[in-house]
Amino acid sequence: MSLFKFANIRRGKDSSDRVGLFMLISYIILFLLFLVLPLGSLISKSLQNKDGEFIGLTNYNLYLQEPALFQSLYNSLFVAICSTVIVVVLAFLFSYALTRTCMPFKGFFKLIALIPLLSPSILAAIALVYWFGNQGVLKEVLLGKSIYGPIGIIMASVYWTFPHALIILTTSLSLSDSRLYEAADVLKTSKLRAFFTITIPGARYGIISTAFVIFTQVFTDFGVPKVIGGNYNVLATDIYKEVVGMQNFQMGAVISMVLLVPAMIAFFIDRYSRKKQISLLTSRSVVFKPKKHFKVDMIMLGFCSALALIIILMIGMAQYGAIVKFWPYNLNFTLKNYDFQVAGLGWDSFYNSVRLAFYTAIFGTIIIFVGAYLIEKLRINEGYRNIVQFFALMPMAVPGLVLGLAYIFFFNAKDNPLNFIYATMIILVVNTIVHFYTVSHLTAITALKQMDKEFESVSLSLKIPIYKMFWRVTLPVCLPPIFDVSIYLFVNAMTTVSGVIFLYSYDTTLASVSAIHLDEQGEVAKAAAMAMLIVYVSVAVRLTHTIITKKVLRKTQAWRYNILDTK
Amino acid sequence: MLNNNTYLEVKDLSKSFGSFEAIKNIDINIQEGEFVCFLGPSGCGKTTLLRCIAGLETQSTGSVIQKNINISNEPPSNRDFGIVFQSYALFPNLSVFSNISYGLINNKWKKADIKKRVDELLSLVNLTEHATKYPSQLSGGEQQRVALARALATSPGLLLLDEPLSALDAKVRVFLRKQIRDLQRKLGVTTIMVTHDQEEAQTMADRIFVMKDGEIIQSGTPSDIYTKANSPFIASFIGSMNFIPAVIDSSNKVKCNKIEITCDIGKFKANDSVQLAIRPEDIQFKQNNQDDNMIPGTIKEIEFLGSFQRVYFETINITDELIIVDVPSATARKIELDINKEMNLYFSKEDARIYST
Repeated sequence: MSLFKFANIRRGKDSSDRVGLFMLISYIILFLLFLVLPLGSLISKSLQNKDGEFIGLTNYNLYLQEPALFQSLYNSLFVAICSTVIVVVLAFLFSYALTRTCMPFKGFFKLIALIPLLSPSILAAIALVYWFGNQGVLKEVLLGKSIYGPIGIIMASVYWTFPHALIILTTSLSLSDSRLYEAADVLKTSKLRAFFTITIPGARYGIISTAFVIFTQVFTDFGVPKVIGGNYNVLATDIYKEVVGMQNFQMGAVISMVLLVPAMIAFFIDRYSRKKQISLLTSRSVVFKPKKHFKVDMIMLGFCSALALIIILMIGMAQYGAIVKFWPYNLNFTLKNYDFQVAGLGWDSFYNSVRLAFYTAIFGTIIIFVGAYLIEKLRINEGYRNIVQFFALMPMAVPGLVLGLAYIFFFNAKDNPLNFIYATMIILVVNTIVHFYTVSHLTAITALKQMDKEFESVSLSLKIPIYKMFWRVTLPVCLPPIFDVSIYLFVNAMTTVSGVIFLYSYDTTLASVSAIHLDEQGEVAKAAAMAMLIVYVSVAVRLTHTIITKKVLRKTQAWRYNILDTK
Repeated sequence: MLNNNTYLEVKDLSKSFGSFEAIKNIDINIQEGEFVCFLGPSGCGKTTLLRCIAGLETQSTGSVIQKNINISNEPPSNRDFGIVFQSYALFPNLSVFSNISYGLINNKWKKADIKKRVDELLSLVNLTEHATKYPSQLSGGEQQRVALARALATSPGLLLLDEPLSALDAKVRVFLRKQIRDLQRKLGVTTIMVTHDQEEAQTMADRIFVMKDGEIIQSGTPSDIYTKANSPFIASFIGSMNFIPAVIDSSNKVKCNKIEITCDIGKFKANDSVQLAIRPEDIQFKQNNQDDNMIPGTIKEIEFLGSFQRVYFETINITDELIIVDVPSATARKIELDINKEMNLYFSKEDARIYST
């Protein structure tokens, strides 16, 4: 009897189910090839000696006995924690001003605060060299302390991570229920008490999340300590030295693992707190609208102006350094720093960066969005979908430097049939897509979640294949977030250093990496010029994006705007 | 109950999610052109049953037979049905016209035929002048009518409605109830509606299946279910019901404390503990104290509800609960109800029912 019942369970499938299953499996294979297996070869490398024989944890023992290497771990933690504390405090106040006060010029400040997103992290380090370096304008301010070291690393890190913190905190602070404040007011609560009992608890998951994101970014960053770290060694620069300088791949792998673990922990805490954040606001909440408060508004205006000024001075100095003849002796303007031929580089690396960014944006957006759709909207194969979801979140926990090193070990192996992509543009594109997968993936998932979950059911009942409805409804509705994802990928591909430092070849040098090498050779002005080139492109792409959003989307998204016309 | 007009048959259908059994051993028969409702509180499995019939969920065991064809293992795209959801699920970027014609385009209809069919459907749901608008420009009721038109566009043999009216205002809901019912009669399409609103089920359905904890616990016409509820759960879920603890005495009469009530005791025997159930509208106020089935007490509270007044009545040592009595407003004016006024309740023995405790 029960046997007979079970015979009934086999279900019929239609074509969209079969295509969905095929695609899910393809995604799993791709993730295995370009994420899991490379990381596996990194781990196995850390357990081998130079001849490739398995030696257990000997390398780790060696690492623990090397005080210099151990010092780097301490240094990494120190700069990461200091930067995190400073960034969280500054970004919290800034986003408080943007979301909870009636400070004037909010749009302007928001725009300025996001500038560091458009430049490679090394740009900040280069600007600091101009301001506080050995021949810096404000060298005396440091009271004899050198900018090359923890001070420089922390200052530059604060600069380039600030907008990341600002984005998370602004989102978190703007999700607040004004009814809570009204209730507090009616109960005669002081503003200060309301701040500590409503505002801070409401934003606490955002704050936690921010802290861990910033910690990971600084902890794993390579560019800034490379340029301005001087003799102050951190884990990221150690890995580079071991691998590139001493060809000690095993030790590079071991340090990578040391870098990976805190990043993983931070990642899981971040995921956890983000999940909590969402459940705080109900659909019945009333969005908070700030009231005018002259004193607070003015204090905030002063604070934000000061930060905005610093940001402008930083990027301004980088630009200035790029166009003066010979700092600090000849301050006449020139464009010869943009002629990289002198340094034996030419503009090739710049064009390569643009190509990389372009391919990453196009292919990355398609792959990520389709992947998110499979996870979110397929109605069968839940097990496979969970695997893909897990893989899609993993890249966030893997520092770019670690992923890059893992790629060397995996793809440079002679017996790997994919060996042919090594040292080509392909491996750079793949690496960059994987490196920035998670954030884009989450954006796509959020957009898809906002769509009625019954669309697919309706389509099936009307005998419309899922792919047709994807084309006719899902894609048009999701166009704005799709543009956002492609811009995010483009700008990050332009500015990234840590992901690609191990992977470029003679034919595929990149602008951000070249800037580091120019700086290494003492060509600081050229390095600044190269970093500024990246900024120009990023700005141009952002502007184009804004225009597209305003003009083109208005047509395809007519249904969004029409609400206002008739209701 | 074999019948030549059986349109849809569900046989021994069960569905589990992990260890949770959402529906258990469901057997139903639906006649061609019938309008049936799955009625029950949230979490009773009614939506899961509907989704199994649509093929949107796969049953764990059992089968679904539509027009004598076993469709249990067919994907939704191979089944013949149209569906309307509580959330409307209208495509936001397509106009009303494109939403309704969405399913027609795929079936290789000619442009002119599509236009004709959509116009026909638009006039059927009274939305002709809204054809070029986007869903967000319509009210909730209008959106739901578009969803209905979209589901009916391909002339499916079976129409599935998943809580179609739950997201709407009370007034719109009442209006749409009638419109959907009229439309269903006119087209003669076999329809299954899922709802948790007993009033909706009673006004619209030919037959109601009441569900609880994944099982169908009673089925029948709306008036059958209302007057012959087979359990205290259904009696209180469908309409409201007063329950009074009672015992059957040796002379086969129902005794509530010291008061003796005459009514049909059915299968119960002497000394059984039972519940006496009476609907609020079946109780009247009497001032004299002579008839049978009289319960004395005091009026505690009166709620004015427009066409009738709801009176909360405290009895003496009969039940701790207040007994609810609905009095038509016209009657109430005559008998001068007042708080703390002592009165007697009366009900006829046909209106009282007995349930086990």
